[in-house]
Amino acid sequence: MSLLEVNDLQVSFVTRMGTNKAVDGISFSVEIGKITAIIGESGSGKSVACYSMLGLIPQPPGRIDGGQALFEGQDLLQMSEAQLREIRGRDIAMIFQDPMTCLNPFMTIGKQLVEPLLYHKDVSKEQAKRRAIELLEEVGIRDPEDTFDNFPHQFSGGMRQRVMIAMALINEPKLLIADEPTTALDVTIQAQILKLIAELQTKRDIGVIFISHDLAVVADIADQIIVMQQGKVVEGGDSQHIFHNAEHPYTQKLLSAIPADSKQPMEDETEPLIQVRKLCTWFEQGKNKKPVKAVNDVSFDINRGEVLGLVGESGSGKSTIGRSILRLVPITSGQVSFDETDVTQLQGGNLKNFRRRMQMIFQDPFASLNPRMTVFDTLAEPLLLHGIANRKTVASGVLKLMDDVGLARNFVRKYPHEFSGGQRQRIAIGRALATSPEFVVADEPVSALDVTIQAQILDLMQDLGKEYGLTMLFVSHDLAVVRHLADRILVLYKGEIVEQGTGEDLFERPQQDYTRQLLQSIPGRALLS
Amino acid sequence: MTTDVISDITEAEQGSSLWHDAWLRLRKNKMALFGGITLLLFVIIAILTPLIAPYSYETQNLDLGATPPSAAHWLGTDIFGRDLLTQVMYGGRISLAVGFVATSVALVIGITWGAIAGYVGGRVDAVMMRLVDILYALPFMIFIVLLMVVFGRNVLLLFLAIGAVEWLTMARIMRSQVQQLRQQEFVEAAISLGLPPHTIIRRHLIPNALGPIIVYTTLTIPSVMLLEAFLSFLGLGIQPPQTSWGLLISYGAETMEEFPWLLIFPGLALTLTLFSLNFLGDGLRDALDVRRSKD
Repeated sequence: MSLLEVNDLQVSFVTRMGTNKAVDGISFSVEIGKITAIIGESGSGKSVACYSMLGLIPQPPGRIDGGQALFEGQDLLQMSEAQLREIRGRDIAMIFQDPMTCLNPFMTIGKQLVEPLLYHKDVSKEQAKRRAIELLEEVGIRDPEDTFDNFPHQFSGGMRQRVMIAMALINEPKLLIADEPTTALDVTIQAQILKLIAELQTKRDIGVIFISHDLAVVADIADQIIVMQQGKVVEGGDSQHIFHNAEHPYTQKLLSAIPADSKQPMEDETEPLIQVRKLCTWFEQGKNKKPVKAVNDVSFDINRGEVLGLVGESGSGKSTIGRSILRLVPITSGQVSFDETDVTQLQGGNLKNFRRRMQMIFQDPFASLNPRMTVFDTLAEPLLLHGIANRKTVASGVLKLMDDVGLARNFVRKYPHEFSGGQRQRIAIGRALATSPEFVVADEPVSALDVTIQAQILDLMQDLGKEYGLTMLFVSHDLAVVRHLADRILVLYKGEIVEQGTGEDLFERPQQDYTRQLLQSIPGRALLS
Repeated sequence: MTTDVISDITEAEQGSSLWHDAWLRLRKNKMALFGGITLLLFVIIAILTPLIAPYSYETQNLDLGATPPSAAHWLGTDIFGRDLLTQVMYGGRISLAVGFVATSVALVIGITWGAIAGYVGGRVDAVMMRLVDILYALPFMIFIVLLMVVFGRNVLLLFLAIGAVEWLTMARIMRSQVQQLRQQEFVEAAISLGLPPHTIIRRHLIPNALGPIIVYTTLTIPSVMLLEAFLSFLGLGIQPPQTSWGLLISYGAETMEEFPWLLIFPGLALTLTLFSLNFLGDGLRDALDVRRSKD
């Protein structure tokens, strides 16, 4: 008997706009000791399917229309809320995407860990604490005795996710549901968490459902893969089969979205457009503390027409370098020259003129667009500001930008919240290109997007880069993405450049340990070679 | 299709889609529309009062005394035999003017002050906000008395004095809003486009901070009107025979057992204004929040 057997599960959401079938008759099973991955883009119903089994979707607007979810032979869908509460957290546990929002910031992690144990099992407080410390050690938290009474903000993102995993495992569940557990993490941390989940699963012999939008992430750990699109299972089976003999076009599209190739570096050398010399950007932390050396003594050139990749984990200072060049953060010392002008000293009109020539594309398209401005206003603003268009010609200027970034013209009066993440990022790209800049800093422009959308946006950026003759600084934590786009790559670690070279150099002949570590963290490495 | 879109853009007021769209949405909100129309009606009546008032507001008729509503005096008369309808109309002039002028003063100073402090931050912020703290600590009554002593008693000064006190809270609300908003990437994007700070504040920060400001404004207007009544009662504001709703209500309250209409009608006028303000305020807040709208 399977641990969990889902038959023809149907869930819909009833809104004023009509009924939306979020899960449209899916069936799958999860075996003890196996990892089942559910893959699909946002809105494909992958999370709704799992949440609805546990009674975790609000009803209404949610509605379970039919089907069965047999957990050890008992139908979860027929259970009362009281019965489900017994099962949740004891037999079936969950890990969520964002470990910060899922931990209570006002409770020590120790208290939060012990809570489910005391609720579900008849143990004393001392026993519970001992158990929790053992688990923290097992998930790789250093000095669990000392950190037991720490608050969530005292941990890094990866460590918080480990705490979440410990919390999920504390009642020794038989089934673990992990909903995009690594999406908010850096690649290196992601690799560690994936390894941890796989190890724990083998050791404890439990079933795991791993929900993700990215096939590559689950490539190394999944035994079985289910691909969902628009509420339906389009393909499912053994993971080797999915990776090598995928039949459904959507699965093939997901596979091809994994950036696998190195860009051929530029053939002819051009003169440098940007010259960064001994750049230091430190952040003060109050009077008696040492400043954080976010960027420390960094020098490099970016040649005209080149795409320079900047890779490193969070806190490596890669975003700060981009922002320092654009004068968005004050630098501590050093020189940044753009077209042979030192930009660190520019003021007033000169600075404004210089801002026209260099632009930025931000990571989070949900935060980088003013929620109260329509697409038209957002795109018209730079055109009018820099006198590129006047009130009469601005409409055609805006429409040309929309054409360039592949947005339908009749979206022009809509507000950002009415768009998907990919569309928003297109708007943000359009805004950055409005002034016809020569240089663009792209700060993790695709890491907030689904993989299939990522591929589209990367293609768009590549095309527009050529069309506009852009020089680009492409900042990312994801080596595979950078290799796909960049002529040359700098590897950054703790504010300093540790290695540089073409994509091929770094992938074939990495010189530094840190670069090797980054390479090993790329999800789905096996698929690339 | 294409030409439609273009003409659609050029027709609309460019650069202010937010206000245009907000107006379209507000028009659909019946309660807000009712509130707006009522307020507008009150304002028009207040402006036209000297022309349309049925009686003089100062002429007393002691023989008549207090009478209940009748055909000659729709809302009755007060203990001095003055027509209550006339009194309420003249009172509305003062109350509405105090409410709107003082609140506008508070809005303009408070939003500007708070936005600058929140946006610039650092030492400027510290100095600006300490000044606000000092003014908070200053006893309000002494402040007003001081103003009256120095500049003489004057209705306009009263407006300014109340406004000058009410802006403090407005500035604090605005500052905290702006501090949150300026962390967002769209502000950074605006900086990297080369927009000057005042444009960033005006176009990117203030519209996103309006929700709480509008709610607080609808709370400020009535409290300002009551403040005026309080000051007038102490002899610092409006003096008889001039009157205001606040004053009428406080006199009415004294005689409510014998002559209840003296309390009921001014009270009704004030209540209706406050209701209308709340409906309009809520409607405005929703209309400006683009995410709330379904269309």
